Amino acid sequence: MDPKRIKFYNRLKEEGLTPEREEKILSELHDESTHDLPDDAPTSESAGTKTFFNVPYSIYEYNDLDVLQAFTALQSTYNISLRSIDELLERDRQREKDGFPKKINVGRLIKPGKGGKDKVVIIPTTVEEKFVHDSLRQDTDEAEPSGGTGEGEEGEVIGEQPIREEGAPGAGPGEGESGPHEMESSAYDLGRILTEKFELPNLKDKGKKRSLTRYTYDLTDKNRGFGQFLDKKATLRKILETNITLGNVPDISDIDPTRFLISPWDKVYRILSREKDYESQAMVFFLRDYSGSMAGKPTELVVAQHVLIYSWLMYQYDMQVETRFILHDTEASEAKDFYTYYNSKVAGGTKVASAYRLVNETVEKENLARDYNIYVFHGTDGDDWDTEGKEAIPELKKMLAYANRIGITVAQHSYASSQTSEVERYLKNSNLLTEKKDFLRLDVMAEDADEPRLIEGIKKLIGE
Amino acid sequence: MELIDQHTKKIMEGCKERALDVGLRFQDETLEYIVTNRDLLELSPKVMIPTMYDYWVHDVQVLQGKGRYELYPSNPYETVINTRPAISFYNDNNPDWLNVMIFYHVLAHIDFFQNNQYFRHTWDYDFTGQALADKRLIARLRSEKGRWLDYIIEFTRSIDNLVGYHEQLSVLNRSSVTAPSNILDFYFDVFLQTVKKTKVSEYIKEIERYNDSIKKHGDRGEKHFFSEIRRKHPEFDAIYKKSLDEKSDKKFDLIQHIIEHSGFLKKDENKWMKAVMEVVRKTSLFFQPQIRTKIINEGWASYWHETLFLKDDRIRGHEVDFARVHASVTSLPRVGLNPYALGMRLFYYIEELADKGKYSIEFKKLMDADKREQFDTDTGKGKEFIFKIRENLCDFLFVNTFVDQDFITGNKLFVSGRRLNQAKRVWEFYVKSRKVEDYRKMLLDTLYHPPYIEIDLEKSSNNTLYLVHHFEEKPLVKEFISNTMMGIEYIWGGPIKLETSEIIPTPPQPPAGFVAGYPIPVKEERKKPEIKWQRVLYTMENRKISKKNI
Repeated sequence: MDPKRIKFYNRLKEEGLTPEREEKILSELHDESTHDLPDDAPTSESAGTKTFFNVPYSIYEYNDLDVLQAFTALQSTYNISLRSIDELLERDRQREKDGFPKKINVGRLIKPGKGGKDKVVIIPTTVEEKFVHDSLRQDTDEAEPSGGTGEGEEGEVIGEQPIREEGAPGAGPGEGESGPHEMESSAYDLGRILTEKFELPNLKDKGKKRSLTRYTYDLTDKNRGFGQFLDKKATLRKILETNITLGNVPDISDIDPTRFLISPWDKVYRILSREKDYESQAMVFFLRDYSGSMAGKPTELVVAQHVLIYSWLMYQYDMQVETRFILHDTEASEAKDFYTYYNSKVAGGTKVASAYRLVNETVEKENLARDYNIYVFHGTDGDDWDTEGKEAIPELKKMLAYANRIGITVAQHSYASSQTSEVERYLKNSNLLTEKKDFLRLDVMAEDADEPRLIEGIKKLIGE
Repeated sequence: MELIDQHTKKIMEGCKERALDVGLRFQDETLEYIVTNRDLLELSPKVMIPTMYDYWVHDVQVLQGKGRYELYPSNPYETVINTRPAISFYNDNNPDWLNVMIFYHVLAHIDFFQNNQYFRHTWDYDFTGQALADKRLIARLRSEKGRWLDYIIEFTRSIDNLVGYHEQLSVLNRSSVTAPSNILDFYFDVFLQTVKKTKVSEYIKEIERYNDSIKKHGDRGEKHFFSEIRRKHPEFDAIYKKSLDEKSDKKFDLIQHIIEHSGFLKKDENKWMKAVMEVVRKTSLFFQPQIRTKIINEGWASYWHETLFLKDDRIRGHEVDFARVHASVTSLPRVGLNPYALGMRLFYYIEELADKGKYSIEFKKLMDADKREQFDTDTGKGKEFIFKIRENLCDFLFVNTFVDQDFITGNKLFVSGRRLNQAKRVWEFYVKSRKVEDYRKMLLDTLYHPPYIEIDLEKSSNNTLYLVHHFEEKPLVKEFISNTMMGIEYIWGGPIKLETSEIIPTPPQPPAGFVAGYPIPVKEERKKPEIKWQRVLYTMENRKISKKNI
């Protein structure tokens, strides 16, 4: 067991703990699991089974393009779809107003990848409802029969396939399921479908500017003699200059423009030129509570929401927003990339302040506040050993001094939903939520929240 | 999308010549396009028809519910479409020899589209042109009516699997010879028996009178016969006409019936909806044969791409490449069904049997197994026979008629089962049966079959539409019923009733010998629970659904 953690626990105990708090803390304290990254899931071949189970079951799943020309399987259509999730959800709301049931499901779809590296993509889905036959399910232990060929007596078992249980280890975020590279690319795609209506709030011009590869075209360059657009003021000035030199302006206080001599060379034009586009810099910190109590749904939610925010940032700001990832239990540490951030397993106790402190330290050490707009997104289940927020609140205040926006997401366990969580409580008590409304936002959701709710949450966190 | 280059087109033309030589028949003009993955993304939701109307659902991933229930024909990924000229799609980096194989496959499909009777209603027009006109109509209406247009498309699509496809085919295929004597049938079958309720002796007298009349007056006999009737029963013509009207009414499918009789659509401001519904209906009708001819069509195409490729002198040296690709297309999977493999083998099998004359009375009369084995009249009619099959059969008839025990045994086919092994926590795949009855039943069960739902005109009254789902030992997907009925209610403008059958749920009983905590023992002969059916009536009124047992 981590001696630091025990020390912290003992200190808390001296300060006095309610029995249920103690139980909660102890359960995390005695949790021996680690924050390892998951191993790659074993492929079905290595598990000792044959591969024929992947053969389509229905004859209608075969098609010429795939079979004859090996056209790759259909990617989800959101790539070409100009519709954003927002637009679709708006359509759904309109349906409800018109008195028809909703049709859009925003679901996470697992795309099976090679070598068991399945890819999770968020896709709006729907079903075309019709009168169709249901299959007769008499026996839950027996699936629909299919065809087959080859040797084997009647009744002989010719192969086995392990049952893939839902919620088994190796599925779901926080338990890892995708390769690092796929994470990035699918996140980028996902960002495209999140609406462009989201914008980072309170964005200010700050210090260091950095040129992007993007250019804008504008009539900014001046050119004498020819061009697209006559700059009258500059031209007049030039003419006057010439005429003074020629001695054509006898009295500088009473100019008679009709007597001016005009040389073609004096005409000043604007011409189209390529300008580098400058943009404010932004740095986004993602904070995730990966303590033991986060196991299951809350982690899934927090991570899903951060995936959404991250994806949107990558797309909207053309990958120019810098991101930092911090994981914390009782200690905080920086994760090297989003993959690690996304997939690290939960374990250990909870101390929110540690993460805030790390952010503050990082900002101070690297002098980020001068050059960057800073955003912090924190996801937790609301559980904190530091019940009163004695350490967290001062750190938070420090952070508020420079941050453009802090968004805290609390994904509550269903068993805890009746009471407000510690984080929520001490945030409310501190009055920071009302005093610093523009800079601090809190979103509390139940652990059974669905994707539309997550997007709703993002709006709350970054909305004006 | 761009057309294939001249070099590749020349290869295609060469394939056409060779295909025509062996008896395939198709329109001379075809269009071949190179498509990218991006094109495919746009095409596949539109069932590969580039000019298909726009609909928002096409932009969303549609869950097909694979394996859960038999959903709408999702056949989005075809390489050739049934248009005039036929359009086919290709990868841009196919080697020439592969293109030769695909071209033969495509040409056989085109031959099938243009000769199989199930496609009869698609022969007289070009669907892409039709679809383009429809697309423009829908785009124009969308700009005027906004989301209401999409609702109409949605609600009509929710019943577009119930279109009267077979009714339409039967009209097209009805021979004109029987038409003039309809009136005769009516006189003897309906008028005399149900309207006049004549006695048997009088009935026979009338038949005699008819026969005499034909004998005496020859061709004009029938006319003479009826002139007598009209004198005797002046009301006959009126009754006959009325019966014709009633008859044609009954042939309407659900969409047509709603278009004709919906009070809601009769209103001036809603008339535009009829056009939209008609578009959805026509589109659905166009695709109906495709889904019903998967095995036979793919089998036919595979049969010919193999036969023609091996004969083609232009691709010498690529036999091994071909063998690889061809095997991956047409090998029978250890578990599962492959329509290419199955259809192709069935065609070869039928051809061989027909060549030996085994589809004959003489053969059927033979009982001796050895003699049956050696039976060979060397008819040389095998090819002719399979050409007849491609002209007249669909999947159901193809499988039901020609899959027999010899075919199953010869190809080592079996019905595979998949059962849960509780002890090992695995799905076990096993050989369930090698009997032809079981295999045929399994095949037929996997074929597309929409529910048979009709309008009961007698029970429909006062703007209520009464639908009857005929019992075929299959329930409807429950969770779809409510929303589907709500859509129908909207376009019908009145209450909807649906009569269907549901399974009475039986409480699951732990099998005998079950001890908590221990795996359930797998018994060889577990009794299948008997299914109890209950006829129920759903009513959708004011967007509220209710259900009662009847």
